[in-house]
Amino acid sequence: MRLDIAFIVDHLPLLWQGMQVTLLLTLLGIVLGIALGALLAVARLSGVRPLAVAAAAYVDLFRLLPLLLIIFWVYFLLPLWLGRPIGGFYSALVSFVLYEAAYFSEIIRSGILGIRRGQINAGLASGLTYGATMRHIVLPQALRNMFPVLLVQCINLFKSTSLVYVVGVNDFLMAADVIGTKDNRLIEMYGFVALVYFTACFLASLAVSRLQRRYAL
Amino acid sequence: MERYAWNWGILVSQPYVFWILSGLLWTVLVALAGWLLALVLGSILGVARTVPNRFVRALAAVYVEYFRNVPLLVQIFLWYFVLPELLPQAAGQWLKRDLPNAEFWTAVVSLGTYTACRVGETLRAGIESISRGQTSAGLSSGLTMTQVYGYILLPVAYRVTVPALTSEFINIFKNSALALTIGVLELTSRTRQIAEYTYHAIELFTCATVTYAVISLIVTYAMRLVENRARLPGMIASQPTDA
Repeated sequence: MRLDIAFIVDHLPLLWQGMQVTLLLTLLGIVLGIALGALLAVARLSGVRPLAVAAAAYVDLFRLLPLLLIIFWVYFLLPLWLGRPIGGFYSALVSFVLYEAAYFSEIIRSGILGIRRGQINAGLASGLTYGATMRHIVLPQALRNMFPVLLVQCINLFKSTSLVYVVGVNDFLMAADVIGTKDNRLIEMYGFVALVYFTACFLASLAVSRLQRRYAL
Repeated sequence: MERYAWNWGILVSQPYVFWILSGLLWTVLVALAGWLLALVLGSILGVARTVPNRFVRALAAVYVEYFRNVPLLVQIFLWYFVLPELLPQAAGQWLKRDLPNAEFWTAVVSLGTYTACRVGETLRAGIESISRGQTSAGLSSGLTMTQVYGYILLPVAYRVTVPALTSEFINIFKNSALALTIGVLELTSRTRQIAEYTYHAIELFTCATVTYAVISLIVTYAMRLVENRARLPGMIASQPTDA
């Protein structure tokens, strides 16, 4: 068996198309997932009991299911509900947002809970309103605390997007799979996919741990 | 949505009830076999990451970085499609044609080796949390390094990392769903298959959802018993929790 590097080079444009889908899914998943996650975290910390219970139930439920099962749920259920097909990309995106929001919300919540109560009291005692205390004292520190963990979760999301394979979205892995199957070059293609994912995630993790050491409180 | 034909009876009708049960059985088999491999390999990794030997530590670090940074699905494809091609022809042929339940074993090896890197890192943290004095005490009382690991460091590391190991154990059940991509007919795969045949997706995915929930509850409950028994006296979290 001989590795054919030229084969990979020839197909770089197609692979890049797939990678763009992967990156788009990752980016949208991060933004929307953090938005929903923040809502869930706020609901859980709101002190309004039904809201807190509902948010906690959501988080617990989504954390005990395989992501694949959630993708299938959305893939079958959403078209049924909307009355029209929505395709693999949006099914996958909705699944990622629903699933990752559960994890993001736990990260955000523990970031906020990590701030000592005394800080809030000090803010209030020095005459700031509750909102101002949150904005100027609690949230900046909480963000700083949770930032590295949030980034690690974003790297995980990037890796998880490869699961769109099961609903036929033409992401990076799927593009490589299609090319490799057509020309019987799966070894080169899967090897290349592994190498790209490895390099990207390894460098990103390295950067995160640097950041963590620099910005630790 | 109003035209959905509900039929919960589908879950207990033949042959589907047996398909679901066999799916559950495969999920449990893949997860348990994978977990066994992960514990053994993970223990070796945890030790290798902490021994006073740079070469061994670097080797273990390479393992951990590879398995941590490549998506699990890609790892599964590498084991399943690429490995047989890289081996000598006879071995490759055996893997592809003659090995019974090749998909199952591939899934076990993929999940086991992947989870091992996470177990290894957990145990490493556990070992590093033990004060150096314990190692020195062991060595100065005449134990060899192997004995220090076997009698002092590893037993303590297992006991302080029970909660983290529990979540890895639950993760391997969830990750076992990925085995469907190489054709293992486990729970998620079976319920999707029946959903496609019968158009009763909601009932079937509800069944799968409840089953995964029950599995995690059982694991969590069982591990809490283990945790209470394994708790080290004098540690911060030494108050027993309600099981």
